[in-house]
Amino acid sequence: MDIFSNMAIGFSTALTFTNLFYCFIGVFLGMLVGVIPGIGVLSAITMLFPITFYLEPTTALIMLAGIWYGTGYGGRTASILLNIPGTIANAVTCLDGYPMTKQGRGGVALFMTTVASFVGGSIGIIILMLFAPVIARYALSFGSAEYFSLMLLGLVAASTISEGSAIKALAMVVLGIMFGCIGADIYTGTPRFSFGLLELTDQLSLIALAMGMFGVAEVIATVGKIEVGDVGKTNVSMSAMKPTRDEVRRSWFPMLRGSSLGAFFGTLPGTGPSVASFMSYALEKRVSSEPQRFGKGAIEGIMSPEAADNSAEMTSFIPTLSLGIPGSPTMALMLGALMIHGIAPGPSLMTEQPSLFWGLIMSFWIGNVILVILNVPLIGIWVRLLTIPYHLLYPAVLLFICVGTYSVNTSSFDLWIVAFFGFFGYMMRMLDWPAAPLLLGFVLGPLMEEHFRRAMLLSRGDFATFLDRPISATVISITAALLVWGIWSALRARRIANQAAMEQATTG
Amino acid sequence: MKKMITALGLGTALAFASQSASAQSFPTQPITIVVPFSAGGPTDTVTRLVAQAMGQDLGQQVVVENVGGAGGTLGAARVAHAEPNGYTLLLHHIGMATTATLYRELPYNALEDFAHVGLVTEVPMVMVGRRDLEADTMAEVIAYVREKGEDVMYANAGIGAASHLCGLLFMNALETQMTTVPYQGTGPALTDLMGGQVDLMCDQTTNTTNQIRDGSIKAFGVTVPERLESLPDVPTASESGLEGFEVTIWHGVYAPKGTPEDVVNRLSQSLKIALKDPTVVERFADLGTAPSPEADATPAALRAKVQSEIDLWRPIIEAAGVYAN
Repeated sequence: MDIFSNMAIGFSTALTFTNLFYCFIGVFLGMLVGVIPGIGVLSAITMLFPITFYLEPTTALIMLAGIWYGTGYGGRTASILLNIPGTIANAVTCLDGYPMTKQGRGGVALFMTTVASFVGGSIGIIILMLFAPVIARYALSFGSAEYFSLMLLGLVAASTISEGSAIKALAMVVLGIMFGCIGADIYTGTPRFSFGLLELTDQLSLIALAMGMFGVAEVIATVGKIEVGDVGKTNVSMSAMKPTRDEVRRSWFPMLRGSSLGAFFGTLPGTGPSVASFMSYALEKRVSSEPQRFGKGAIEGIMSPEAADNSAEMTSFIPTLSLGIPGSPTMALMLGALMIHGIAPGPSLMTEQPSLFWGLIMSFWIGNVILVILNVPLIGIWVRLLTIPYHLLYPAVLLFICVGTYSVNTSSFDLWIVAFFGFFGYMMRMLDWPAAPLLLGFVLGPLMEEHFRRAMLLSRGDFATFLDRPISATVISITAALLVWGIWSALRARRIANQAAMEQATTG
Repeated sequence: MKKMITALGLGTALAFASQSASAQSFPTQPITIVVPFSAGGPTDTVTRLVAQAMGQDLGQQVVVENVGGAGGTLGAARVAHAEPNGYTLLLHHIGMATTATLYRELPYNALEDFAHVGLVTEVPMVMVGRRDLEADTMAEVIAYVREKGEDVMYANAGIGAASHLCGLLFMNALETQMTTVPYQGTGPALTDLMGGQVDLMCDQTTNTTNQIRDGSIKAFGVTVPERLESLPDVPTASESGLEGFEVTIWHGVYAPKGTPEDVVNRLSQSLKIALKDPTVVERFADLGTAPSPEADATPAALRAKVQSEIDLWRPIIEAAGVYAN
């Protein structure tokens, strides 16, 4: 069967009235929970999970998947307009998105990221359609040694994502890793820093930490210095969404780079959109000829992560559908929706259930188009959100953060974590310590530990395993090159600065 | 007219209130079943199927709530301390008995703090290995493990997981040690097994059946006395010379201690009816398991099971010296 007949099967499934309807419901809800900070995709899918019991498996999956990638469109809204990430994958979009809003270009940022989301999503779907089985087999050759090397590369590459002091950024990465150490050691079961609390024997909730550090801290910080005029400046007319020619020119390559990086991280179980968006931001800043523009409203800094986010959301279906192995809790839920109907996904899903497999994938196209159609007119409405007085907007944001965080584990303990990180994040912000590197450390640290120790266990303690395995060795050499280059360019910058100072001294 | 409706409504409400303690009227409101694991997992799937069928019999909605964390102990603790009125239930698996030893401190007692309702199902496990492992039968696996010892990498889905327990029992039966490689959940463990990064694993058929049928992993033996309909070619462990190597992931329904006896009996009766529901039977079969026989869906049978399983696992876990707190 060739790709076109598969597509035909897919469209004939996806275009039935019921499936279209649930696809719309899914993407609309996904976009909505993406916009609302705190309520993430996992809580939304968990809440809607019981409904899937009464639906056809294909329909159920189309809806759940719609929620999943719909958040990729909604999540950036709050990041860009309020400096509060809608979902964790959009945290990095705050860095350049919010400065754009402050410059009155929030509408442009929202419009351009809609484009980025669509391009990222489309590239993700194309890869999913053409290469799913090949990639799935390839992803299996990634063992713990490879994962560790990748994480190391990521940490080295991304440690400089924030503005300002590099030492402070590094310190926050380390602090993030330390927070990541809380919880049971997965190898021995020994609880670490749990203070005897059963709630702390699992990891700190990522959502609670992120919503505290970014959401609550932002609310506290803004409450003190409300300037209504600040917001009024944002132009909400359609013409204000029009990017300049320069912005369009700058957006192409970041979008493509972001999409490819996202597609790559999406296929690796355990990483997914958040890691992908952080990495692509770091990559853009590295390859840019003017890295100093980042953090001050550089369009590259929002295009790349948003494309990566959406692309990763699509390709993360590859291991789930073609191996039957979920790469994230959200994917586990989607598998659950199939299992409840007696379908266990695996390599044979594509041949045994072609209408399900291709129907789902074709619904991605439909969903992405619906999302673009929904999003462009909505931009005007989102931007008007900013005209809501803060004394109404912020209590609502806090409420949503609480509801969202609570609903993930129905745990009131997580709300204390939000409160703690809210105040902690506010303190850090006052002292000019950046939050993004902490989040990065918190996400990557535990992954690195897990994979490092497993790689050591499998190699029976032989460090050479990282260099003996070809993929890992390649990644390690790139990391080393990056480090050497970083040190060299720092030294050169200092020498040039010294020379300039000397010249000034001699001429002056 | 308006007054009459109000009076009627009030009357009905009063009538319900006065009866609420008796089993005749139970249940008068939706029932919540807490699953101490995240949505979408095997235990969650089992629960949702049973909840649906029980709801039909009880004439009330049975809502599933996922309270994950700390190896299922957080959800169990919540139910142990819930109002004992039959409206908050727990569906937990073998972890109910093993956490009694794995956790040195728990805010509840698995035997004393619950009213046991009944067994739901016993999911068999199957010993599986990477596709290119130099062994094809259980006997060859045993020889392989005996020869290579700690060079054999045994994957599990984390401390206290079904795959962890099965591995402990296996090593106990063979009196040999393998290197245990823990993962965060069955998914990543199975990925590495398929990728050939690890050698062996033993997990519930709910997780492995499809991969076995696809040939992406090898199956050596099931851990129940008789072969399974879903995997007819896989011999039992006893057939391959591993006598007494039997382990199932059993699931049970619990209510908080102090729940009125007639309410517990009503729930148990409803569970029995649910376990005969054709949809439940069919979907359980898809998952590679079957509902517990009627005689086991009773308070006494579950209580005995919890007791015997605590006794079975305590020495094994203590000998391995692994604890979760």
